[in-house]
Amino acid sequence: MSGISLRTKRIVKNRAFLALCLFSTSATILILALLIASIMAQGSHFLFNSDALGAVFAHGELSQLTKIIRWDFLTNFASRFPEKAGIYAAMIGSMWVCAICALLALPLGIGTAIYLEEFAPKNRWTALIDFNIRNLAGVPSIVYGILGLTAFTRMFGLFGSDKNSALSFDPDDAWWHIQFPFGQGLLAGGLTLMLVVLPIVIISSREALRAVPSSLRQASLAIGATKWQTASKITLPAAIPSILTGAILAMSRAMGEAAPLLVLGIPVFIANTPDNLNDNFTVLPFQIFNWAGRPQESFHQLAASAIVVLLIVLICFNGVAVYLRQKLRKPLA
Amino acid sequence: MPDTQPNLTKPAPASAPTTPTSSPVSEHVTLRVKDFNAWYGDYQALHNITLNIPSQRVTSLIGPSGCGKSTFLRWINRMNDLVANARAQGVMQLDKDDVLDRAFDVVELRRRVGMVFQKPNPFPKSIYENIAFGPRLHKHFHRSDLDALVEQSLRAAAIWDEVKDRLHNSALGLSGGQQQRLCIARAIAVGPEVLLMDEPCSALDPRSTASVEALIRELRQTFTIVVVTHNMQQAARVSDLTAFFFEGKLIEAGPTDGMFTNPKNKQTEDYVTGRFG
Repeated sequence: MSGISLRTKRIVKNRAFLALCLFSTSATILILALLIASIMAQGSHFLFNSDALGAVFAHGELSQLTKIIRWDFLTNFASRFPEKAGIYAAMIGSMWVCAICALLALPLGIGTAIYLEEFAPKNRWTALIDFNIRNLAGVPSIVYGILGLTAFTRMFGLFGSDKNSALSFDPDDAWWHIQFPFGQGLLAGGLTLMLVVLPIVIISSREALRAVPSSLRQASLAIGATKWQTASKITLPAAIPSILTGAILAMSRAMGEAAPLLVLGIPVFIANTPDNLNDNFTVLPFQIFNWAGRPQESFHQLAASAIVVLLIVLICFNGVAVYLRQKLRKPLA
Repeated sequence: MPDTQPNLTKPAPASAPTTPTSSPVSEHVTLRVKDFNAWYGDYQALHNITLNIPSQRVTSLIGPSGCGKSTFLRWINRMNDLVANARAQGVMQLDKDDVLDRAFDVVELRRRVGMVFQKPNPFPKSIYENIAFGPRLHKHFHRSDLDALVEQSLRAAAIWDEVKDRLHNSALGLSGGQQQRLCIARAIAVGPEVLLMDEPCSALDPRSTASVEALIRELRQTFTIVVVTHNMQQAARVSDLTAFFFEGKLIEAGPTDGMFTNPKNKQTEDYVTGRFG
């Protein structure tokens, strides 16, 4: 008798647990769907042309197909009139800053990972560095903004002020024109975002290197390769797909950051794209933050539209990362 | 007979079949070990080992797990340098060079002393690249010379016929036994004098084991081979000399026949007859 009730109990527990898991999964998906639906509902006004939509879907006029999307939202600069406002400056700024951030953070981060995984002696000093990097990965990004403000925007006041620079490299009109301090320029933004993503790049690259079986390292060393030859010709090539996946995810994090750049004091109203590395810029998340903070409803709609664009960009980034993980990763042993 | 030592461009005339009995008796000693002690931290893994390893012979190291035979093997090409707290004292001479001398270039040592591991560990590259990797580290090659060297090495490891049509396919697509012979070919390609094998068949099925053992017997013509094995039948089948290690000491060493039929030491007898270990 008690045996049967125990069995029933087990079956009931099993079903209850299954129901709980299904509930949490569907709740997550539901929340995501609600989020996307509400953003689309708010943002569609500035993304889609309702006349063209009607023409194509109600009357089958395919000639109107390219007019469905309001391209001027993507190609206009910001404006105080919502109907004229666009995200061009923010998109270009985001691309620039991400490119600078990637060029700085990837070599530094991957190099650090190679040193720590392949060369560093296993001692207290290495353990301390390891511990610190793990902690840095958990530091809120706005804190890096304060560091960026002091170290890059103002450079501790060593070279005078942004407007009255004591050290600059001419000519002014070249794209590589640099002056110290960096002020609110692209370099300051890129370097600050580098601080944010560097720990992430290091940790993911280290994990990728650690996943390479040590038998491969031994094989390489045993035929007379040096540690460097082993790292560069065997370990790193085997780890590259995973390293790239981590790098792309780190870049999508950089793409979505507004807080550290907010601390730098970057402008939101920009009427031109950056001409050189010291030029002012703005980024998509910051543009969204600014629009969302205004009282008029139209600006909230603009913010929603920009969010849709940002989400599409980030989904593309993650898609590439997933593709790399699936396609490039080969078995290693 | 140093004149028969292989050089980089002509690795092995080993493809010519010969019977083991026809090989001349060689008195030349490739590796001379005297009063050799090794430690991991405070733990002494090897005590006063004295052993001469003759050229162009297969010497097998046998003994129960933890007896120090692998430690001994890994000191011959200084793979133990990778272990942070490993150190050693005594004499270990490869021809006239002092293996333990810190000034002796470990890269040069490992070119002269190749190693084959327990589990086949081909690089995740093509078969061709696996073989070409080592030679390229040490010297610049013209494409045609490298092609020839790859072929020679694969022939010497008795795997050429199986892989010649798919040299540019991944080495990971080979079977376990083929992978292990590929690893032997990779070790041969840099022109070593000595080949160290750390339980080279323990991860293989019986058929692959037979093919690798046949290869070891053949390679004896060209290389000085040291094999660590857990399998006493294997030691009896492939080796000319056998050294029995127990608890970090070398108990007995001598011609394989004598060791298995007429061991001088009681511990050796107990071990080879399967009473312990």
